[in-house]
Amino acid sequence: MPTIHLDHLIKRYGDVEVLHGIELEMADHEFTVLVGPSGCGKSTTLRMVAGLEDVSDGEIYVDGKPVSHLEPKDRDLAMVFQDYALYPHMNVAQNISFALRLARRPKAEVDAKVKEVAATVGLTEFLHRKPGALSGGQRQRVAMARALAKDSSIFLFDEPLSNLDAKLRGQMRAELAVMSQRVQKNMIYVTHDQIEAMTLADRIVVMHGGYIQQQGTPEELFKHPVNKFVAGFVGSPPMNFLHGDIEERDGATFVHGDGFALKLEGAKAEAARTHTHRNTILGVRPSDLRFDPEAPSETALTLDVMVSEYVGAQSVLLCKCGSEDVMVELNSETPVAMGQTLKFAVNPNGVHLFDSENETAI
Amino acid sequence: MSIARANRLTPYFFMAPAVVIMAIALLYPLGYMVWGSFKDWDPSQSIGEAEFVGLKNYVTLWNDPNFWESASVTLRFAFFVVSFEMVLGVGLALLLDRNIRGMSVLRTMFILPMMIAPVVVGLMWRYMYHPTVGTFNRTLDSLGIPGVDWLGQHALTSVIIADIWQWTPFIFILALAALQSLPRSALEAARIDGATAWQQIWYIKLPLMMPVLIVTGLLRLIDAFKVLEVILVMTEGGPGLSTEILALRISRTATEFRELGVAAALSNYLLLMLLAFTLGMFGFTRWQEARAAKIRTADEEDA
Repeated sequence: MPTIHLDHLIKRYGDVEVLHGIELEMADHEFTVLVGPSGCGKSTTLRMVAGLEDVSDGEIYVDGKPVSHLEPKDRDLAMVFQDYALYPHMNVAQNISFALRLARRPKAEVDAKVKEVAATVGLTEFLHRKPGALSGGQRQRVAMARALAKDSSIFLFDEPLSNLDAKLRGQMRAELAVMSQRVQKNMIYVTHDQIEAMTLADRIVVMHGGYIQQQGTPEELFKHPVNKFVAGFVGSPPMNFLHGDIEERDGATFVHGDGFALKLEGAKAEAARTHTHRNTILGVRPSDLRFDPEAPSETALTLDVMVSEYVGAQSVLLCKCGSEDVMVELNSETPVAMGQTLKFAVNPNGVHLFDSENETAI
Repeated sequence: MSIARANRLTPYFFMAPAVVIMAIALLYPLGYMVWGSFKDWDPSQSIGEAEFVGLKNYVTLWNDPNFWESASVTLRFAFFVVSFEMVLGVGLALLLDRNIRGMSVLRTMFILPMMIAPVVVGLMWRYMYHPTVGTFNRTLDSLGIPGVDWLGQHALTSVIIADIWQWTPFIFILALAALQSLPRSALEAARIDGATAWQQIWYIKLPLMMPVLIVTGLLRLIDAFKVLEVILVMTEGGPGLSTEILALRISRTATEFRELGVAAALSNYLLLMLLAFTLGMFGFTRWQEARAAKIRTADEEDA
């Protein structure tokens, strides 16, 4: 169960550079999730670790040893693919045992391992079926079982749940979380779904445009995003962004924009005051807005409610603040109606400020 | 007529033209041939005038050593050309299934032989095999090696080589198409599972290509049984009967020996042989499917 170190990893296709020097350390037993929108380079990074893509520049170290020149089979890893990548002409047992049979392990050992792994993922009844006779969820389990049977020290997942329907995805996500607790291996998981990332990861690595934007625990990323991209990507519904100017009045610091003037507190106020220019972007998560008709206007946003989306216990309000859209998440019991203009208090710890030019956090 | 009845008949209505064409173009001549094979039929007679002789033509053939020689030549020819073409074609496809510069030009060049008219192929090879002025013997000569009697002593081998040259590309392009439609990720999974290049070919690529390869092999087999022009131009079946495959014998029986009834019977033997091969092939696939299904039901009963 090794440590993995990506040292200034670069990938070029012809003249186009798609990964610009990825630096990443993954500790023992860590569940690392690479997350980002399509084309951000997350899958390419994973495939380079797997050895399915050549490394254009930089190096991958496993336990301090460079591995980028090794064939995939010599890297001691197992991988689960998005489309499962099962061998269609082999039955479930043969699929699971393929790696073991290639390694010429004794038959008794192979059979025992297949039984054990199949029981883990609940496939015991289907061992003699071909993949074509299985449902999507079952195929996914076969792919998982095949990876488990290898007993590799590194597990790679390339969007393993994205071909499943929503309900099954939730169920498999939970099973994966349980499995990752139990097998205690070094896992790297690629997904574009930030909910998967938040629920599974010990550490999330947010990628965008071939760069790592930020890495940290789910909580760090949620509470302290380093830039506007991460802030908007992590969390659902996404963070609201409002353009404004930093102003000082009566010894206090405000963000003043179209339809609001919010007073900043403590360290935020200090940081804003000393920032080089006045243009800024205010970020507030939908869950950091609280319906409060009595709130003083310097700690609240006044919003016109456009649409209310009922999702059960919670509702999401789509509102307007001046000309900009704002989403609010609140208890469905709250008496609000469309077309009303209401006040929402802003949680002082939930105020984020971003530079309007380079979009980094202030 | 009720609407339900009309609905039921609609598919037959749509299929009718195809059935009519099949009947005229396939079943009628086939029936004609079968009917003719029971007659002592000379080309100067119409089929109605010919005397009905029952199975006499078949029996005559059965007892004719030349027929058996011809059948054996056909079988040997078909076996060797199809085996070599399959191995070479699939091998080439496995070798050339990659993206390197100039590969598309190379692939196009590989399939050129297939596009040449068979008569031209026959002529070309006949000149190349020519004992004194042919390319092969001249080359051997310049290297100080004695010439080979290509179309004499080694006629069947020479004919087989020519056929392999012409038809390997057919298997190559079909195998290449099959290869390129294989699921990429399954091959990647095999690489991660520890398969070497050979193991990938043996355990993943070939089994997955098998349905295409079976059909391709069958098509080539049927073709090989019917090949005529190339051999006709190269050797005319000689020397002796050494390259007289059945198709050639049929044509000679009908035109030189003027025995249409025997030629028809000969055609029927060939047809039956091909039918047996094809049915055997289908039977084998059926049997495999049935076995898989049986295992599946057994599983479900266990479960």
